[in-house]
Amino acid sequence: MTIQEVGQPRKRKEDARLLTGRTQWTDNLSRPGLLHVMFLRSPMAHARITRVDVSGARELPGVVAAFSGQDFAAEQGSLPCGWAVSEDIVIPDHPPMAVSEVRYVGEAVACVVATDRYKAADALEAIEVDYEPLEPVLDMKAALRPDSPKVHEAGNKAYSTKINSGDIEAAFRDAPVVIDRTYIQQRLIPSAMEPRAVATDTDGDSYTVWSATQIPHVLRVMLAVITGIPEQKLRVIAPDVGGGFGSKLQVTAEEVLCLLLTRKLGRPVKWTESRSEGNMTVHHGRDQIQHIRLAADADGRIRGLQVDLLADMGAYLMLVTPGIPMLGAALFNAIYKMDAYEFGCTGVFTTKMPTDAYRGAGRPEATFAIERTMDELAAELNMDPMEIRRRNWIKHEEFPYTTISGLTYDSGNYEAATDKAMALFGYDKIRAEQADRRDRGDPVQLGIGISTYTEMCGLAPSRLLGEANYAVGGWEHGSVRMLPTGKVEVVTGSSPHGQGHVTAWSQIVADALGVPFEDVSVLHGDTAVSHKGMDTYGSRSLVVGGIAVLKACEKVKDKARGLAAHLLECSPDDVEFSGGAFKVRGTDSQKTIQELAYAAFTAHSLPDGVEARLDSDATFDPENYSFPHGTHLCAVDVDTETGMVKIRSYVAVDDVGKVVNPLIVEGQVHGGIAQGIAQALFEEAVYDAEGNLLTTTMADYLLPSAADLPEFTLDRTESPATSNPLGVKGVGEAGTIASTPAVVNAIVDALRPLGIHDVHMPCTPERVWRALEERAQEGVRQ
Amino acid sequence: MPRITVTVDGIKYEEDVEPRLLLVHLLRDRLGKTGTPVGCDTSNCGACTVMLDGKSVKSCSVLAVQADGCDVVTIEGLGANGSMHPMQRAFHEEHALQCGYCTPGMVMAAIDLLREDPEPSEETIRQGLEGNLCRCTGYCNIVRAVRRGAQEMGQAVSTP
Repeated sequence: MTIQEVGQPRKRKEDARLLTGRTQWTDNLSRPGLLHVMFLRSPMAHARITRVDVSGARELPGVVAAFSGQDFAAEQGSLPCGWAVSEDIVIPDHPPMAVSEVRYVGEAVACVVATDRYKAADALEAIEVDYEPLEPVLDMKAALRPDSPKVHEAGNKAYSTKINSGDIEAAFRDAPVVIDRTYIQQRLIPSAMEPRAVATDTDGDSYTVWSATQIPHVLRVMLAVITGIPEQKLRVIAPDVGGGFGSKLQVTAEEVLCLLLTRKLGRPVKWTESRSEGNMTVHHGRDQIQHIRLAADADGRIRGLQVDLLADMGAYLMLVTPGIPMLGAALFNAIYKMDAYEFGCTGVFTTKMPTDAYRGAGRPEATFAIERTMDELAAELNMDPMEIRRRNWIKHEEFPYTTISGLTYDSGNYEAATDKAMALFGYDKIRAEQADRRDRGDPVQLGIGISTYTEMCGLAPSRLLGEANYAVGGWEHGSVRMLPTGKVEVVTGSSPHGQGHVTAWSQIVADALGVPFEDVSVLHGDTAVSHKGMDTYGSRSLVVGGIAVLKACEKVKDKARGLAAHLLECSPDDVEFSGGAFKVRGTDSQKTIQELAYAAFTAHSLPDGVEARLDSDATFDPENYSFPHGTHLCAVDVDTETGMVKIRSYVAVDDVGKVVNPLIVEGQVHGGIAQGIAQALFEEAVYDAEGNLLTTTMADYLLPSAADLPEFTLDRTESPATSNPLGVKGVGEAGTIASTPAVVNAIVDALRPLGIHDVHMPCTPERVWRALEERAQEGVRQ
Repeated sequence: MPRITVTVDGIKYEEDVEPRLLLVHLLRDRLGKTGTPVGCDTSNCGACTVMLDGKSVKSCSVLAVQADGCDVVTIEGLGANGSMHPMQRAFHEEHALQCGYCTPGMVMAAIDLLREDPEPSEETIRQGLEGNLCRCTGYCNIVRAVRRGAQEMGQAVSTP
């Protein structure tokens, strides 16, 4: 009897290498004659470049070459933006190395190529650049005024969009309750632990690029288009990649420039960023001003929701920059029913690092806004915040449900997840304690935060992406080959960077083909090995890529069935498959899949017209997104004298559909929650009034350590997705999407009796303390 | 250029180094010990943690010349005879790593933590690992792994 692998908490195949230092990070790469690249970066947020002199650098020992933007001008093209979200969008030219104007601190203006990294660093000092300062543009609202200095000639508005559904005017007309709030989604730095690194080499004819990227396949296409190197002569390898969180879903200046350097010099080159360089120049996340208006009846039923966003694009539109707010556009209404919905977004250029995908990408922003607003509605009506949600959410018997924003949620059970979470959390008991501490005037107040989130995952149906004007499709590719010895080699177009694809895909294949888990190997991340793929982002790997592999297995099995019938001298219809063997129904006569693999290899006795191989491939393109959901509950102690917030307990009950590997799912949820808490309490990219990034190091940009975070209590409910045969929904982003509003709701809940109805993120002790002080001063004035 | 003698994972090296060369670059770029990665440039992240004469140091904050005459153990030299150190095994068992970039430093720091407190509480582990950042795991499973590693190391010591 074979154990079903899918659903087992299998320990990861990936671990041994990573635990013993046998890793292949891009920066590990060494090749004969390898040269090291370093970039000189703009210290000005906005300036005209009037002179660049690299001659001093060229004379230094160990320096092979030094170039300015002018030296690349004829061949560097423009970094791509793959998502023209509106008719009015302005996509400015984005040279990988600035030629005449810099638009953010950190933009590359020159580079040095030397025999080691220390010599390259020395040589940067010898480059002279003259700048003529221009006015920085740092505030989105000011940027849209007619008298604002311009980031680009066409102005500071990148685009504007509007979505309408239902009669929004009617919803707000005579509404008994209107909640009107503005929330700030602060700018974040993704901070994958592995800094970006790129290496390039050529044999004189074709080129190889190693990059710490999430998207080797997309990158290959883009680099071919930008550089004119024929696609078939360009190989992109994502070796071990140390985390991404969206930050490595990009076509970067450094990837293009390293490739051009190898083309110019005919030599292998490598560039690895320092963390301070990375904080300035890895694309940032979030950065929106969200104006939310919600109309409701006196009993709390939502009538309509109006969303108006300002989204900071930064200085340029990178790969998916303008699309990030649009990924949230259909999710502000979340799990709630309503009569009307209006969404508007204006993308704004500023002289800061461009923003782009960061874990959740648009969906955490939307979820934060609605979940904060639901708490405000509850407070306005003096209702329990869970009760207000219950009154408005889609009931489990109503699935599939088409929301006001037009998404069709295929499955879910908000009641079940919430009931489980409330029981684990001890909701009523903590509320009782809260009441007691309020009555006593305890200086440490207790707050309870709720987040009943959903999200759209498994990006995405190609047809919908096309309608949204996204440059590429959302399918994924997988191939499966039985080797002569009966082992299995799987190739996936997904490109993992910590998620555990090798383990999870092995489980799927083991079940599908009836082979041992240990007999499956999974290859990925190299365009010469994995010739087709759409890569890893948007919680899409399992939901799309895993299913492609499953489909390829089904095709292999079909082939094997025919071969088995031929060898067993019966009709394919009389052959049944179980436990890795094809059996003639009602007899002991059988062929194992391993025997069939060998038979296909020797090809001594194949049916006429059958090829000598037992392999296949498949692409999968989902018909719908998947919609994980869940209920997260957070209890915080807030010291009203110091502003210190301490998370006392955190319960998360997530419904990610069927689970392939609960260990991996748990890990994803843990890490996701931590990143969402980090936005709520710790992290913010801060620019000063001149446009200098102040948070360039990990000493200034506060990533939470083990000492800053609590243990999380997790559980699951399971409503299988109906859009794929495994019933899986994806889990990469759920925790991050859910946890930020849970934490801030808890803080506001603790302080509401003191007159506070919002604290801007990150809710540092200083911010909380100031909010309390301001409120106290207002009280004195009154 | 100063000449230093340093033992790394049991092998003795004599190297001429620039005084400014960081220990981590000596390990990675000169000796090919790429198991120890670099995660930042301000000694905040701890990814580059190695043992220097038995105590954990962030090798991005130590000059190679300071390691002259010292014994360095990296993640690559931790296991014996091809098997993993109990702490490495515990990280595997508890799924305490995802991308694995912080893992070498995290494992070294965890072992160092146990030198002072062989049976640490959750609180002690969390405080003790404050200098090592992980972006993937949310630390829950790292804390569990360190506990498990501590138990197994304790048993390994008490077994004759």
